[in-house]
Amino acid sequence: MLKDTKAIITKKQSWPHYVLLSISSPQMAPQTQPGQFIMVRTSQDFHPLLRRPLSVFHAGETHIEIFFQMVGIGTRLLGKMEPGNELDIIGPLGKGFTLDTADNRKTAALVGGGRGIAPLFFLAHRLCDRGIEAHMYYGAKSLADLPLKKKIEENRFALSCATEDGSFGFKGLITEKLESDLDDLQPGIIYACGPEAMLKTIAQTASKRDTPAELSLESMMGCGFGACWGCVKKIKKQGEINWTKICEEGPVVAADKIVWE
Amino acid sequence: MTDLSVDLDFCTLKNPVIAASGTFGYGLEFTPFIDLNRLGGLVVKGLYFSPRPGNPPPRLVETASGLINAIGLQGIGVHKFAEDVLPQLRAYDTAIIINVCGNHNEEYAAVVEFLDTQEGITAYELNISCPNVEKGGQCPALNPDLTYAIVKLVKDTSVRPVITKLSPNVSDIVEIALSAQEAGSDALSMVNTFLALAVDMETKRPKLSNILGGLSGPAIKPLALRMVYQTACRVRIPVIGLGGIMSSTDALEYLICGAKAIEVGTANFIDPQATVNIIDGLRQHCEKNNIARIESLIGTLDIQQEF
Repeated sequence: MLKDTKAIITKKQSWPHYVLLSISSPQMAPQTQPGQFIMVRTSQDFHPLLRRPLSVFHAGETHIEIFFQMVGIGTRLLGKMEPGNELDIIGPLGKGFTLDTADNRKTAALVGGGRGIAPLFFLAHRLCDRGIEAHMYYGAKSLADLPLKKKIEENRFALSCATEDGSFGFKGLITEKLESDLDDLQPGIIYACGPEAMLKTIAQTASKRDTPAELSLESMMGCGFGACWGCVKKIKKQGEINWTKICEEGPVVAADKIVWE
Repeated sequence: MTDLSVDLDFCTLKNPVIAASGTFGYGLEFTPFIDLNRLGGLVVKGLYFSPRPGNPPPRLVETASGLINAIGLQGIGVHKFAEDVLPQLRAYDTAIIINVCGNHNEEYAAVVEFLDTQEGITAYELNISCPNVEKGGQCPALNPDLTYAIVKLVKDTSVRPVITKLSPNVSDIVEIALSAQEAGSDALSMVNTFLALAVDMETKRPKLSNILGGLSGPAIKPLALRMVYQTACRVRIPVIGLGGIMSSTDALEYLICGAKAIEVGTANFIDPQATVNIIDGLRQHCEKNNIARIESLIGTLDIQQEF
């Protein structure tokens, strides 16, 4: 866990509502695992006051990449940043996906809803390194909300898309597409990140099929490192159910440990 | 070499900067970022006697230059604290202050009675002012008689100094401060968060599950500073000021308004190094202005009407 006040933006790719930033942080980058996140200060003033938690899209030896949707004041300010600008970041934070859960399994299904695709690209790379086939599922409202489609294809990961309006791929929810593929795909594990309703459906599907699943949860965070106790979800641990800080025990949590509201 | 130490009568802090309860976890969460030995002190997250589940989420809302929280004092209870946390905290050379909570007066006394048996605690901060535990923001610090009763009980029980943390959600905070002093409080820390509400117009629902929460951050600084100023000149006991302190300039403002020390709260979330940056800033200010002892600044607000 480090604070880097001089992380320099080196590359930027933007779409109408989405941005991908590459940030040079030579100390933080090599420590970062798929599913972990960083807290980014989006303004040196007090509005917005809090840092923004952003999951890591990819991390190499010297650089961390973050992919985000511009939805509020913080992400819009961050989206205006340009190569050469310095960022103040804290990370890597939280528990990411457990890669060894996938060992001895041939195929993993990686399901991203909207901007939830962000941490799965990094995960697909790491699974690939371990000889596991990562089949990516990428769903959104419309084709315009699948900005990373090309990048995933370029990296030759198997990809299935779904759009709610049918503008690309399967017409409907990505969970419906996944469900229809599962008998053929027979994934040894399902990893997912996206809206809570999507995650809940995947947890139910995984439980029915007795397939392990790991889900990346989202919550309003005050600090990201366990001090504020704001980001809690109901999690089962050692037989007890408690409001649990997902910045520490998550954001990635085994599906069978999550108690859905 | 500037002397940053401040004398609170019941103890001397190496500098006036204390990490505020509820924003600093149990202290150890900050060790990846700062050396706790550098702090004047730290106040751990509020402790009830037993573990406490806290409120359902959403627990936080960001507002203009502020943060509303309704965590609901989730915590590990005194036994786990004494077993797992205190032995580690004791190793640091800083004032360890325990924020003491209770559902009723007897629980406050029970927490203190238990902690009195544990070594390595400098003082207790009596949390009678958390606005997001009881529905509607009720707490003892809203009433001078309830404040007196609870401070008196804890003082009669405790072998250690007691700091009473006051609520700003009152019409006359000086009256409550005088009650706490009368009951034997060794110091005051002021202020806790301001009772607040944020709504979502899309759903027409409150943004927090608890409906109401406590506002903190830069948004409250002028309000809290006013209360510290009004109180510090009326009480004999030391006042520890807090509310929206983000920088050493903010801290200095509190000192000249009469605070003998300050607590840094919400700033810890945004910058886990905020406390040590403020200490560095205080030292630089003193060196630049040839101030040998920071205590000489306390209560020096110039209020001659010469505008």
